[in-house]
Formats: sequence, C-alpha cells, structure tokens
Amino acid sequence: MIKVLYFASLKERLGRADETLQEVPPTIAALRELLVSRGGVWSEVFAEDRPVLAAVNQEMATAERALQPDDEVGFFPPVTGG
Amino acid sequence: MEIEIRVQETPLDVAAELMPLYTGNAAVGGVVSFVGLMRDFNDGDPVSGMTLEHYPGMTEKALRAIVDEAAARWELLRARVVHRVGQVWPQDPIVLVAVASAHRGEAFRACEFIIDYLKTRAPFWKREQTADGRTRWVEARASDDAAADNWQTAEPAPATRRVTP
Repeated sequence: MIKVLYFASLKERLGRADETLQEVPPTIAALRELLVSRGGVWSEVFAEDRPVLAAVNQEMATAERALQPDDEVGFFPPVTGG
Repeated sequence: MEIEIRVQETPLDVAAELMPLYTGNAAVGGVVSFVGLMRDFNDGDPVSGMTLEHYPGMTEKALRAIVDEAAARWELLRARVVHRVGQVWPQDPIVLVAVASAHRGEAFRACEFIIDYLKTRAPFWKREQTADGRTRWVEARASDDAAADNWQTAEPAPATRRVTP
C-alpha cells in the first residue's frame, strides 16, 4: 500500500488532498498511468504533457523512480515560493 | 555551521531574524540577506492578497538540503531561511534568506544560490487574490528555472579558492 498526496492546483482540481492505494505501481510513471486511467479530470491532470512534479518520501523524484510498499508519494505543480 | 530553517504563518520580523546571524560569533565578518516581499501587482493585474500553501515535512527537508548544498560550496558560519505560509498582504515579507561568513564573497554567492534554488525546489505554491475578488494560482516562471540552472554550470566561486592571510 502507498499513500498519495495532492497539492495546490492539483488538490483543487481533483477534489481531494490524499488517498491510500492498496496496489503499489512499480514506478512514478506507472502510478501516473494508473491515475490517468481513471478518466475525467484525472486524465486531464496527469496527462503526459502536463507539468506535474512528483516526490517520493518527501524528496523530488523522476518518472523512473521505483516505488516500495509504504512509500509516500506527493504530486504537485511547479513550485512558486520565494 | 549553524542552520535555522522555519516555515511559519506568523509575520516575519526581518530585523529580529538578522541579529542571530552574528551575535556571539566574532568570526562572522559579514551577513548577506535577501527579503522577498509581496507585490501588489503581478502579470499585469493588481493583486490584493495571497495565500501560500506548502508540503509540510518535505518543505523543511528541501530547504535544509538547499542550505547544506550552499554550505558545501562556500565557507559559511551561519544560515537562516524563514518562509511565510497562509495569508499574506502586499508589503509583507514572504521569505528571508540570510547567510553569515567570514568574508562577503561567500555570503553574497551563497545567499543568491539559496534563493534561486528555493524558487525551483522548495514545495511552496502561491494563490493570488486579484482586486476584483477572483483568485488564481501563480504560474512558475521559466526565468526562475534559468537562474537555478546557472549554478549547475557556474565555476567555483573565486572566494572559495582565495587564501586569506
């Protein structure tokens, strides 16, 4: 099982801040595909050409990053602090 | 190397944050600071307020990693990053980056490096309230990515190679 968190405009568009998935997709890219397969706003937000950043266990992660049970995955738009 | 990282909803007191950069350490020869303020104008529209959201836990880790990287590049004595979250208003300080070192060269470079990296790597997001009551998420700027990328190709700063008599 993994925990998935959504932030900022993603959280707003998806209408949720977090969820727990029983399935552990092998990579961030595979997790994105799984979310796209839900259709509707999910496929819009996570479409391949959308600039969505990912973190695994609170560190920036690339699409190829492997996932393990109990990982925390965060998805968010490009950051705008400072 | 003493590092203070803080994310807070309360107002940022710039003067009070600077003194601890040098108090009690006579090896400090200079403190360089950057204060980011909220503007009342963005992308051609008047802006009346802003809320800042972040990723609790990751934010502190990301800021710490950026400061650690600066400390590995330059000889620093103390560093401090304080960032506001929640509701802010025009003129409010949003972020303070302050760096103390024996010589100004290290402090100037490290301070700019930290704010450039913060802008592209620390998980904060701004949502603006425009004067007519609408709200919108602020878009990331390509110029911020370019500023951060510049440090990856930058030569080691001359200050780090200088031998001080």
